[in-house]
Amino acid sequence: MYCEFLRRVLPIALASCVSAAAQAGTVLLQSTTSTQNSGLYDALLPQYTAATGDRVRVVAVGTGQAIRNARNCDADVLLVHAKAAEEAFVESGFGRSRSDVMYNDFVLIGPVANPAGIGSDMSVSEGLRALYDARAPFASRGDDSGTHKKEIALWLGASLAPEQHSGDWYLETGTGMGATLNIAVESNAYTLTDRATWIQFGNKQDHEIVLEGDESLFNQYGVIDVDPTHCPNVDHASATRFIKWLTGEPGQAAIAAYRVDNQQLFFPNAAP
Amino acid sequence: MHSFSEAFAEAASLLLSFDPALLEIVSLSLRVSLLAVLIAALIGLPLGALLAIGRFPGRNLLTIVVNTAMGLPPVVVGLVAYLLLSRAGALGPLELLYTPTAMVIAQTVLVMPIIAGLSRQSFVELHSEYREQLQLFGLSTRAQLKVLIWDARYALVTALLAGFGRATAEVGAVLMVGGNINHYTRVMTTTIAMETSKGNLAVALGLGMVLLLIAFAVNALVHSVRVRAERAAYV
Repeated sequence: MYCEFLRRVLPIALASCVSAAAQAGTVLLQSTTSTQNSGLYDALLPQYTAATGDRVRVVAVGTGQAIRNARNCDADVLLVHAKAAEEAFVESGFGRSRSDVMYNDFVLIGPVANPAGIGSDMSVSEGLRALYDARAPFASRGDDSGTHKKEIALWLGASLAPEQHSGDWYLETGTGMGATLNIAVESNAYTLTDRATWIQFGNKQDHEIVLEGDESLFNQYGVIDVDPTHCPNVDHASATRFIKWLTGEPGQAAIAAYRVDNQQLFFPNAAP
Repeated sequence: MHSFSEAFAEAASLLLSFDPALLEIVSLSLRVSLLAVLIAALIGLPLGALLAIGRFPGRNLLTIVVNTAMGLPPVVVGLVAYLLLSRAGALGPLELLYTPTAMVIAQTVLVMPIIAGLSRQSFVELHSEYREQLQLFGLSTRAQLKVLIWDARYALVTALLAGFGRATAEVGAVLMVGGNINHYTRVMTTTIAMETSKGNLAVALGLGMVLLLIAFAVNALVHSVRVRAERAAYV
């Protein structure tokens, strides 16, 4: 009796859920939380849909997880910010080709009281050294995200090894940028974040940018089409169409036009 | 904490404005969770009854397994469902990852043991009361099941509500297999998590209040139906 009921009702009920899934012209985009939380996609994607009729579905996770999901073929397009990992992804045959899309920069944020005494005229290495010597609390993403990879590179560049103080003043949160910012704000800690996320972040309390502008804080975003030979089920035609738009004139103009509080968050730099 | 008063204002304005984005999210939350509870009930209620009155080898072990599964961590269920539904997974060809269907599947797995475990308890109590009569009538196990399910129906509603509460409240599983995709798989809890990560704490808390209000409305509806039905039964 139950089996018969299941047979009759389930397909109808599930079909109502599934119906939207299998339509053509849908791009599954694995991307970073910074691009989503900044509101960029809410501004960009409706324009793309209006221009082409294609829809884009964004899954926003850390760069490391986005790349892993794309390796599992759970993406048509990958848009992240960790150039070395992106190039490795293409070289291993998971992605077909990588293009620059846009950039912004990372900033070091900390409490207004600035217990580590980081000066705005310091280089990143000097700033991190001051932080390290003062044993001031620092919240690290600790999640293999693009921001985490950048942070590790910056410590390495300053010849410092903060991991040995993990759990003491070096706090590895293992969560997303937003959660890490919330933790930093609550525990009077410094942290590294991309500027777009920081500008859009609503819980700044008594935290501000303490260091910015160093060349090594450059933050490049790249886009990759997932290789259809490795992943036969990807919608490669839609993926190519989307990347062409994003790195072409209309997409680049839309990125440049996106502002929050009169500040431009991302700067287009795709090769023409 | 000023956040709480802000959150109340946020919740009120969200509700009063009938924000279409909110309606979309609430409606998907309800559709996914109700469907998951329905499917979980179709499996869980007979399983609970079977565990209560059936006599078969391994029954005790199965009961322990079901009771353990009542506390399945949503994030683990989400992870296993992700690995199965991923295009690289065993069920990859179904192309279900990041769809509402995947969310229904994950929630069904979470909710089914709760319904089975709680209903088993109700059936056990009822069965010890009814056993002699049922045997006197010489009913088959299947007929006994029917009688028990009907007579335990009010207690079973509680089991279903517990399952529904679990489904609407969890975030770990639906986030993993749904992906929190705007206009497609974004539900109440994943929105709350996202707004929290954006530092929009008042909005997040406001959404949390809306979620509680909806849960309250569902419970009030069920309760009033039950009270009316019970009254009718005694007239």
